[in-house]
Amino acid sequence: MTHSENAVYHVHRDDVGAKMGMWLFLFTEVLLFGGMFLIYAVYRYQFPDQFRVAAMELNTGIGTLNTVILLTSSLTVALSIAAMQKKNKFLSILLLSITILFALMFMVNKYFEWSAKFSHGIYPGSEELLNRPDGQILFYGLYYVMTGLHGLHVIIGVIILIFMLVFIIRNKITFNNYVKLENSGLYWHLVDLIWIFLFPLFYLIQ
Amino acid sequence: MDENKKHQHHPSYGTFILVWIALLAFTSITVTIAGVNLGGYTLFVALLIAAIKSSLVINIFMHIKFDEKIFKVFLGLSGFTLVVIFILTFFDIIYR
Repeated sequence: MTHSENAVYHVHRDDVGAKMGMWLFLFTEVLLFGGMFLIYAVYRYQFPDQFRVAAMELNTGIGTLNTVILLTSSLTVALSIAAMQKKNKFLSILLLSITILFALMFMVNKYFEWSAKFSHGIYPGSEELLNRPDGQILFYGLYYVMTGLHGLHVIIGVIILIFMLVFIIRNKITFNNYVKLENSGLYWHLVDLIWIFLFPLFYLIQ
Repeated sequence: MDENKKHQHHPSYGTFILVWIALLAFTSITVTIAGVNLGGYTLFVALLIAAIKSSLVINIFMHIKFDEKIFKVFLGLSGFTLVVIFILTFFDIIYR
């Protein structure tokens, strides 16, 4: 029974292997961001007051809005996979499109947030910033590098999710072959996970 | 066997939506608490809430709870590696 099932579904495919590869990749991502969180931790330990002063200037409202957007996009991608498992192709396409829309909204907010900072003269190497104490320069350096790298992950995520959307429409991803969609979902959840830590560490210091 | 086991454990739409509501609730708690002066505990509370939120995302959204054990091992290993690196670095920073 199990054998014949495997023969039908698993001709040249190893879904567990594919997922294992994805998890190994996520492992490297955790260490990549982990290194940056380590630098953040060390400098926050050395300059607690300057980190606080610098963080007060960040827009908590936009940060919170982006948190809600990312959490919701994580929900929609999880639901999209669930819909695909329940053979509901239309709902899966709809939910995946909503996820992509949320991701773009996140980037639009990021654009407005960064432009506001730039217009106040706060960007790496700016005169305004270099005249400040070391701790504040470090805070903004880390802010731009960490949220920037996270933003890059969001953009890559959007591209991957668009590919998945096309695959679903063209029936390359189906209810019994959706590991690509699952792995893309895992990547998207990782982007969400990193933001869950970035948000309190940058926007919620009082 | 594994195929069958996997298919029995797909969380329903409702479970995902409940987790999402919990995540939003924790977000509003962490934002509210940030405005309250807790002294030295502020960072600890913020990180604790972030940890609870991540465990929800990892366990339910990322299916770790229902998937192969080996993925849990990967995640535990990467987390453990990070903790070791953090502890060793702070030994250096604090006692320098």
